[in-house]
Amino acid sequence: MAEKPRIKLPKDAKKGEVIEIKTLIAHVMETGLRKDPAGNVIQRKIINKFTCELNGKPVFSVDIEPAVAANPYMQFTAKVEESGTFRFTWVDDDGTVTTAEQQIVVT
Amino acid sequence: MTGQTRREVLALGAGSAALAIIGEVRPAAATPQEAAEVIAKFTGGKTVEKGKITIDLPEIAENGNTVPLTITVDSPMTADDHVSDILVVAEGNPRPGLATFHLTPLSGRAEAATRIRLAATQNIVVVAKTSKGQFFTEQKPVKVTIGGCGG
Repeated sequence: MAEKPRIKLPKDAKKGEVIEIKTLIAHVMETGLRKDPAGNVIQRKIINKFTCELNGKPVFSVDIEPAVAANPYMQFTAKVEESGTFRFTWVDDDGTVTTAEQQIVVT
Repeated sequence: MTGQTRREVLALGAGSAALAIIGEVRPAAATPQEAAEVIAKFTGGKTVEKGKITIDLPEIAENGNTVPLTITVDSPMTADDHVSDILVVAEGNPRPGLATFHLTPLSGRAEAATRIRLAATQNIVVVAKTSKGQFFTEQKPVKVTIGGCGG
């Protein structure tokens, strides 16, 4: 992915607060069901897994099927007890793994 | 125009035109049976109670290519009692599976939103599994004007 994934989460939060996280990555999410004009099936190419960890601990993950729309958008929440780093991972069918990190300060 | 309003006639026309286009290229749709199989695999044959889940989905999706979906499950989300997995199934898509969300107590709230593709007017079924091994389900119909799976 040439384009950086977009992530929206607060820079700081109170201890124990539940924050909202929004992520979006540019991706065609080719379903593997479409055909090109010559009638050949276009090979499936999707993001099949998304994960979010805070300081190495799993927060949220999704097993994604082709029925998720192009440029997969994920919105979820996280309960923050300590400052640290959110790490986001997107896994492509072709094995490409895109990662992104974002800090949060918890007071 | 006997017994039909202008609106009905227009709707009929648009519907059959869409059908004609989709009919040629759309792969066979999943059936509610296939969807039920996916759900059975997820629950492992356990009893599934209705309720606790809120599905937020437009009543009419004009474009099936990207339909916003929000799922909220009523759960305390503590270490002992939290929603661990949420399965989303579409009864009328070429393949029934949509996505499976995995949550932890760190998720804070049992809530997830994404955007999905819908091939046709159909039911969306959500099944949630809690850390205590309970299963809850809810479903919601959605009308799709233009399908979003190939074609």
